[in-house]
Amino acid sequence: MDRALPQPTPETQHFWDGCAAQELRLQRCGECQDSYFPPRPFCPKCGSRQVEIYRASGKATLYSYVINHRPRPDMGTEPHSIAVVELAEGPRMMTNIVGCPQTPEALVLDMPLEVTFESFGAITLPFFKPAEA
Amino acid sequence: MTPGSIAVVGAAETTRLGKIPDMSVIGLHADAALNAMADAGLKASDIDGVATAGASPVEIAHYLGITPTWADGTAVGGCSFMLHVRHAAAAIAEGLCNTVLITHGESGRSRVGAGGFGRSPSSLMGQFEMPYGVTSPPTMFTIPVLRYLKARGYTVEDLATVSVIQREWAAKNPRASFKDPISVADVLNSPMIAWPFRMLMCCLVTDGGGALILTRAERARDFPQRPVYILGAGESVETPMVSQMEDFTSSKAFRVSGKKAFAEAGIGHADVDHLMIYDAFAHLPLYGLEDLGFCEPGEAAAFIRDRNTAPGGKLPLNTNGGGLSYMHSGMYGMYALQESVRQMRGIAPAQVPGAKISVCHGVGGMFAASGTVIFTNEAP
Ligand SMILES: [Zn+2]
Repeated sequence: MDRALPQPTPETQHFWDGCAAQELRLQRCGECQDSYFPPRPFCPKCGSRQVEIYRASGKATLYSYVINHRPRPDMGTEPHSIAVVELAEGPRMMTNIVGCPQTPEALVLDMPLEVTFESFGAITLPFFKPAEA
Repeated sequence: MTPGSIAVVGAAETTRLGKIPDMSVIGLHADAALNAMADAGLKASDIDGVATAGASPVEIAHYLGITPTWADGTAVGGCSFMLHVRHAAAAIAEGLCNTVLITHGESGRSRVGAGGFGRSPSSLMGQFEMPYGVTSPPTMFTIPVLRYLKARGYTVEDLATVSVIQREWAAKNPRASFKDPISVADVLNSPMIAWPFRMLMCCLVTDGGGALILTRAERARDFPQRPVYILGAGESVETPMVSQMEDFTSSKAFRVSGKKAFAEAGIGHADVDHLMIYDAFAHLPLYGLEDLGFCEPGEAAAFIRDRNTAPGGKLPLNTNGGGLSYMHSGMYGMYALQESVRQMRGIAPAQVPGAKISVCHGVGGMFAASGTVIFTNEAP
């Protein structure tokens, strides 16, 4: 069983292309300056179609999470985190926290994180790891 | 809809609940529908409106031999039936139909004639949530909770207490799946599902169904059962992706839906005698008490711990045992509605003495949608 990989659409292709290039790409409204996620070709706040794609800092904090203990062969044999991080630019996104023990003691809300990428064939997924001090 | 102008005149669950491997999804819909029609003394030819979720209203109408002049296939998850009640009330008031049948059937446990859970990998969920290992409610519905606990100062013991008190209600209900008393320690020692959620903080997975029949209140007295009037209703939807909820400590859909229902009913919180809050997981009654305005943010855990929602408390909550102990087929909203109707008829296994107003609040998806129905047994 393989990990459930995304199938990009025209509206999201830039995000996945960015991941393949080791860049976390967000969108920002040219009129109200709102940064938003997930990708779409208009601003969800004001409706403007005048939006730009930009490279986000990759910095985030741990907003909330669970540690799944149910069998998920595609996710490995050990319990794993499923998290929502708050990006420095404002939007939140789901991810896995990697590079640290998958325990409540190691995963502390609001801890600083940074993006890291891993490729699965044609798709590269963004993950987050504890930020280096 | 004028408050009280539409009434529930038929209500029933499937003959059996729990494990029903000899019935398919559509069979469960039909069993519940036939029971509700018998309850109301009606035949299929008397029904001219059909609403359902999980199946298509076309399938249900044809299977039962109904020729509707109104159909509603709104499917926003487990609270779809609350929305159906609201839509049906409006449709009857508008004259689009006279007598509406709302059905639910789900082979949640046995998976007989049931569809898959799959979502397209090109959907936004498929692209931005599923790759991280979420596919089922225990790893999705639970995601906001650590943030919620931190913001409110609540603990895992507070979550466990919700399960413990609902089991007290279930113990009074012969049809409940789980009736044995449990303690906070039992909940916290049950198997880990997804930290911080233990098994006993998660709903059951069972087979079953339910159906409701609605018509004009002025006709309601001609039916065999005590009429249950609809005072008000609300609905809303927020996001298909739990990660994109505006506020992890409060459901916008809950707030909007609840406010609409209370405003339409013209009642205050002190008027409520009985409350149902869809409890797929132990955190939902906490969110519900706060977002519906029964408790200030931060006070819901103590409100439950102090036994206000327990048997003998001032606000009996989830008196059938809830999704945590009674049954949960997947779209539990129908069973919450059934319990509100039983309480208003005065026939619930754990009857709240003298209850006149019942609020029934549902959730759909993972905080994706919400529907609220306020019932009364007092004629308008
Ligand atoms: Zn904008």
